[in-house]
Amino acid sequence: MRYLPLTEADRQSMLAATRAASVNDLFRDVPEAARLSGPIGGLPNHMGELEVERLMGAMAAKNIAAGSVPSFLGAGAYRHHVPATVDHMVQRGEFLTAYTPYQPEVSQGTLQVLFEFQTQVSLLTGMDVANASMYDGATACAEAVIMANRVTRRKKALLSGGLHPHYRDTTTTDARFIGFDAVAFPADPTGVEDLAAQIDDKTSCVVVQNPSVFGHVRDYSELAKVCQAKGALLIVVVTEALSLGLLTPPGDMGADIVAAEGQSFGNALNFGGPYVGLFAVKDKYVRQMPGRLCGETVDADGRRGFVLTLSTREQHIRREKATSNICTNAGLCALAFSIHVSLLGEAGITHLAQLNHAKAVQMADKLAAVPGVEVVNDSFFNEFTVKLPKPAAGVVEALAARRILGGVPVSRLYPGEMDDLLLAAVTETNTESDMDAFATALAEVLS
Amino acid sequence: MSMNSQGRPSAIPALASTNAVTGTITGNRGLQIEEPLIFEQDAPGRCGVDLPEIPPVATRLGAVKPRASVGLPGLAEPQVVRHYTRLSQKNYAIDSGLYPLGSCTMKHNPRLNEKMARLPGFADVHPLQPISTVQGALELMDALAHWLKTLTGMAAVTLAPAAGAHGEMCGIMAIRAAHEAKGDSARTKILVPESAHGTNPATAAACGYAVESIPATADGRVDLDALKAKLGPDVAGLMLTNPNTCGLFERDIIAIADAVHAAGGYFYCDGANFNAIVGRVRPADLGVDVMHINLHKTFSTPHGGGGPGSGPVVFSEALAPYVPVPYVTHGANGFALVEEAGDGPAFGRMKAFHGQMGMFTRALSYMLSHGADGLWQASGDAVLNANYVMAKLEDVMTASFDGPCMHECLFDDRFLKGTGVTTLDIAKALIDEGFHPMTMYFPLVVHGALLIEPTETESKASLDQFIGALRALAERAKGGDVAYFQAAPRLTPRRRLDETAAARKPILRWTPPAGADAVAAE
Repeated sequence: MRYLPLTEADRQSMLAATRAASVNDLFRDVPEAARLSGPIGGLPNHMGELEVERLMGAMAAKNIAAGSVPSFLGAGAYRHHVPATVDHMVQRGEFLTAYTPYQPEVSQGTLQVLFEFQTQVSLLTGMDVANASMYDGATACAEAVIMANRVTRRKKALLSGGLHPHYRDTTTTDARFIGFDAVAFPADPTGVEDLAAQIDDKTSCVVVQNPSVFGHVRDYSELAKVCQAKGALLIVVVTEALSLGLLTPPGDMGADIVAAEGQSFGNALNFGGPYVGLFAVKDKYVRQMPGRLCGETVDADGRRGFVLTLSTREQHIRREKATSNICTNAGLCALAFSIHVSLLGEAGITHLAQLNHAKAVQMADKLAAVPGVEVVNDSFFNEFTVKLPKPAAGVVEALAARRILGGVPVSRLYPGEMDDLLLAAVTETNTESDMDAFATALAEVLS
Repeated sequence: MSMNSQGRPSAIPALASTNAVTGTITGNRGLQIEEPLIFEQDAPGRCGVDLPEIPPVATRLGAVKPRASVGLPGLAEPQVVRHYTRLSQKNYAIDSGLYPLGSCTMKHNPRLNEKMARLPGFADVHPLQPISTVQGALELMDALAHWLKTLTGMAAVTLAPAAGAHGEMCGIMAIRAAHEAKGDSARTKILVPESAHGTNPATAAACGYAVESIPATADGRVDLDALKAKLGPDVAGLMLTNPNTCGLFERDIIAIADAVHAAGGYFYCDGANFNAIVGRVRPADLGVDVMHINLHKTFSTPHGGGGPGSGPVVFSEALAPYVPVPYVTHGANGFALVEEAGDGPAFGRMKAFHGQMGMFTRALSYMLSHGADGLWQASGDAVLNANYVMAKLEDVMTASFDGPCMHECLFDDRFLKGTGVTTLDIAKALIDEGFHPMTMYFPLVVHGALLIEPTETESKASLDQFIGALRALAERAKGGDVAYFQAAPRLTPRRRLDETAAARKPILRWTPPAGADAVAAE
């Protein structure tokens, strides 16, 4: 039992100090009927590292790792190259095994990271201020809607048909139990939806996604003006944070809140989590924000330092009056995000975003050349929708059998709908030969 | 300058330019190195990655213009490595020493778990890959679910919630869904003991419930009679932490559960302290209907400076139909994933994709390593360590309640009465002694709380050193050395920080100083 330092002699001498007859005696407040007499049945006993590695390695081997084959999946999770530095820094025990920085004198490392993270997120989104991260993009989206309801004292949120269905569903779950209206508009595969006319004096917010789940890139400046005129907030969701390196940021379009998924920077696919939610707002809403915030201050010697601040919004102070029940952020994922963004810097992030877009343009052209395949999008960043002459789910299975992960069938996100549509994402990790292999295999599967 | 016979200077001359705080030229102090913000290290055009050429294509950005700039700084890789290394050295961590934060469970984080989570077959798998290509990932989720159900004795589990508080949300939603399914809309209240963690009332309120507080008895437990008096047709359920936040096991737990059930309510157990009893007591045997489990506490996934967490929720038979999507099933063709709630009672979803997979791999790796016998020993050692600390300190500090305690022991500030020294001062003085402080001022049911959770991964020698330091500090406080405490900590990268100023005029991001262009051009 390699994680337990007490020896049997230690236990005996410590028990003597506690005046308990045995360790079991220390559990005497537990009702006798509920006390097990020994290790629980039905589970194996302890194992060495070698045995654990063998067992878990066997499970891992049953999956196809995206990096081992040409892979074109996106829809809210993107396979980017993460520089080696990122994981080495993240695994420093001083970051990995620290708690939330409630004692600032011994947490300046984590706190400065969070302050820098907040600044990076503000810059990327074009917003005034960002928090220290949320669980993921979908929960950030739901929290943004709850915040908009609070700010506007209205209770009707309009959810665009371009919003990722998982984000939509996370928000409607909250709507049901928290008690507000979340009006979800029909899926918008062609990117033509116009919600301006739907906004009325009960609308708290309009939630759009850019690029949309179908990949369309749009300018929401006009929608922002309509929202402002009607007293509603514009929430812009971003699921591919790298797009912020190339596109006019939501802040410049007039967004009031940006809720985004930051996984693209620094974080592996991890079968869907943990990821890192980004949450940024206009200055005037700072005190209405959910989540942790790190702020600059000075110490007793007058030196610059950092602390968690504005915690009077939070549950551990406000209890049932808190702005949210959230008690944590995604600290280590935010650190990974921040290190990756630091390595890229201004030059790298612009280059990487342009590279992704250019490769996606190439891929779109290659797929459009496959007989029977039509690219739906006029505009996109690194992901777009294609229309196939056959149901996409079956095509994707057939491609997987040829060891190509050929995108996400739209029906996976919208069961029973749009079964001929496929989402394809392209990143810097896809080589020219990956792209050719995808197009060739698709042609074969469709013929 | 005078020299000794080896040619070394015999006296260090004072320099006019030394830092007023550190006495050194740089403001550094040995291994404590000052580190500017990353934004203050910018050189335009410099980059920490090398990327391939961009293929020349016409962009397809529609009506959206490419942005002019982002405003990020440019650094090379060695600078980035040094930046984060230096920042890391300003943190205390469980890897560096005892971290006795009560209710937070700062136990050793095994590196095997990190290695397992990074296997490409887990880390490099997209959440929407065809189900046939992720059978091992689903098998892992199924195995974790089996362990959690077995350890709790409960009927069903969801792995979806991203953290403990998110799990609480999920559990209260399930309770609400169950009442709604019965057409019972009269239940508008959730009962919460006054010792509860702040997330409990915040969660109940977020789900639209009025929160009613239950007082504690003199022995630190729920007042059963007061609870019974509040139960009725307007109560949806009870949220109770057990062992509770005073580190005590609720002796009346079964009677409490029975009373809640008899009144038509459900019993939500906050599983934040499950590590005290894991492998020894099954919550199902206590009458629990729903409980979240913090994988980052009981099952040792790293806290990471504030997340990511993971908060699976287990459900009794009564609430099992409401388990939210997604969940794993298995049949003749292997594992499958149910991703849509459909028309059934299940609700959801709680977040994108399938839960915190990276935490699942770490937790399962920990469970397999410990096994049933190891978990039995781990919870036993956790409780023994806490009782040992309590026994060794109760003559110089004031324990709030009689023991035995469970995995943590609670003191209050009566031992500081009249000294002018506060709980906060003790905590800050502990930092100078090389320890992370205990949890301060929580739970709220005692004055000036000091809640100590040593965990099972501390050796006796480590505990003895901690006990020695705390005893000496308690004696020093009683000796009236107030100035010593108020000046602590002295030896940290920063001394006490002005939190009031931070909140009054929040500075939440770096902004370029005036004339930044001129500086950058240097």
